[in-house]
Amino acid sequence: MKIDQNFIDKDRRGFIEKVVKGSIAGSLMLMIPMNSKLFAKVAGDDSKLVSLIDPKDKAKHYAFMVDVTGCIGCGSCCVADRKENSVPQGQYRTWVERYVIDIYNTVYVDSPEGGEKGYSKPRTDIKEKIKDAFFVPKLCNMCEEPSCVQVCPVAATFKSPDGFVLVDNSHCVACGYCVQACPYGVRFINNDTKTADKCTWCYHRISKGKLPACVNACPTGARKFGDLNDPKSEVAKIYNSKTVLKVLKKSLGNEPALFYVGAHEEVI
Amino acid sequence: MDILNYVFPNDIHAHWTLMIVIYPYITGVVAGAFIVSALAHVFHVKALMPVAKFALIFALSWLLFVTAPLINHLGHPERALNMLFTPNFVGPSMMSGFGYIYMAYSILLIFEILVIYRYELTILKKSAIGVKKVIYCVLTLGTNDESMAGRKRDSKVAFVMAAIGIPLACSLHGYVGFIFGALKSVEWWFTPLMPIIFLLSASVSGIAGMILFYIGIKKMTGKLAEVKTETIKVMIQLLWAFFIFDFLFELIELSVHAYGGTEGWHHVAAALNGPLDWSFWTMQIKLLSIVPFLILMWLSLSKVSRSTLLIIGPIVSFMLLAQVLFMRWNVVIGGQIMAKSERGFAVYHPQFFEKEGILVTIIMLVAPIVTLWILSKIFPLWESECDRELTH
Repeated sequence: MKIDQNFIDKDRRGFIEKVVKGSIAGSLMLMIPMNSKLFAKVAGDDSKLVSLIDPKDKAKHYAFMVDVTGCIGCGSCCVADRKENSVPQGQYRTWVERYVIDIYNTVYVDSPEGGEKGYSKPRTDIKEKIKDAFFVPKLCNMCEEPSCVQVCPVAATFKSPDGFVLVDNSHCVACGYCVQACPYGVRFINNDTKTADKCTWCYHRISKGKLPACVNACPTGARKFGDLNDPKSEVAKIYNSKTVLKVLKKSLGNEPALFYVGAHEEVI
Repeated sequence: MDILNYVFPNDIHAHWTLMIVIYPYITGVVAGAFIVSALAHVFHVKALMPVAKFALIFALSWLLFVTAPLINHLGHPERALNMLFTPNFVGPSMMSGFGYIYMAYSILLIFEILVIYRYELTILKKSAIGVKKVIYCVLTLGTNDESMAGRKRDSKVAFVMAAIGIPLACSLHGYVGFIFGALKSVEWWFTPLMPIIFLLSASVSGIAGMILFYIGIKKMTGKLAEVKTETIKVMIQLLWAFFIFDFLFELIELSVHAYGGTEGWHHVAAALNGPLDWSFWTMQIKLLSIVPFLILMWLSLSKVSRSTLLIIGPIVSFMLLAQVLFMRWNVVIGGQIMAKSERGFAVYHPQFFEKEGILVTIIMLVAPIVTLWILSKIFPLWESECDRELTH
């Protein structure tokens, strides 16, 4: 301490110079978005759990699959998601749509309250005979070429090296450009945080080796998550089988990592 | 306007509000007014010299409010400067370029005004007292040079700056069109013609605004006799020329889209004939495009009296200012009404008193006019004797 004081006394001008330089450098650091914390290994109470996701591990190829033929429209996934991610009421990270097709091929779609309360009552406004009906869960498509990342003016929305499209809500200005750019309507400006928000496939859970909350809650296994490069995973088995897979709005070229099994042409 | 059929649950309401409608509107007036001044200073269109300086101050008064609606719209306005500090150039995000283009254009416009006004302010400084003298001292950057050589040098610098300003003004507004035109998620926006339409409509709104305010200010200050008939005539012709191309491109965009008849078009057509029917067909196309087009044709091609120009000119200009505002509404709000579910329409009903509502919009559109009045106390708006000395 004495030495320090002597040093300061000896070179007061140099000391002040260093303080000023340090402050400027420090302030500049504040302007750089620190996304890296999202990739940090999980510490604290869960210190035994080590991240299963290695951002630099290109060998992983995560995918989400929704089996439309398996969804019963119970809404458990939506309830689990709202609780897990504290999603404000009236806003949706995931929702379930009900499709009804009559014999004249007229398609009726609805999703009251995002399907969160389940579909216990049938639609009464359809006069014609119905030939088909099914439920379609919707969530982030985790595009290979995400429009939201492209348009974000401040790079608050970014794609992690392991393919997850995420939002740094400490940096987002909430201009809403990503909301406009997302072809799937999965983004919204969170009423609580006033920043862009969206489904992350529960990145915080996956990084602890857990399944996304909605996958965990689905009673029929209609929602599936896994690594396409792991031959033992269910998604890889489906992906490598003859099963017909569909991605939404394929012509836009966003290359989603969300695949639908048994989805009709009418699903948009 | 109810929710027809099905809309994704996050998209029931439009996210971009009236603020995003008036943002390209204000930017457009800036770009359009600058074009008038550039025609005078760079291309030496003599008839426009009487309003060349006014064009710059008019542009500046609107330029100061370009970012106001944007900042009011942001969920986190305190982070607005992130656009400059951490711009997304990898995407690249067109929006992130805005800050830089806007700054570059602002600096250029302000310096051009200082150079063009330098001599006149130097003269005014001598007779000014108090705060005004201090303002003039700052604006002239301390110089007292009254020599002819100095004034000619100013003129040359102004010429170069105006020349650089033309592509800059075009890119300022062209990219606004790009912000919409490059979004493939919205069928109504996704067209390469969007930047061109925005640019042309910007020119229309800028020139129309200048005609309206040139005659309006002169009338209100009791100096209507000073309005040059030739200047109004040329501005009317210029307005007509720009509007011909503006309207032409709007119709080309619509007709090619309709002729193609893709699935996306069916959705667009349903919106244009449904929730947007009044604002698009009745207002933008019929009342505020076809009618002004015919009036402008009459004013431009036939020999009309001075009094006709002075009465009809501002009316037709006002109609075109409204046309551009309706066009911005139909693009910005229309694009969001056409829901991404492709099965229905979202809704948008602006409230009078809300944060981004009608009252705030009116304030933001009136603020530039008040600013113009304040600026006119410092900068003489019209061509003065010293300007004429230099040109003749």
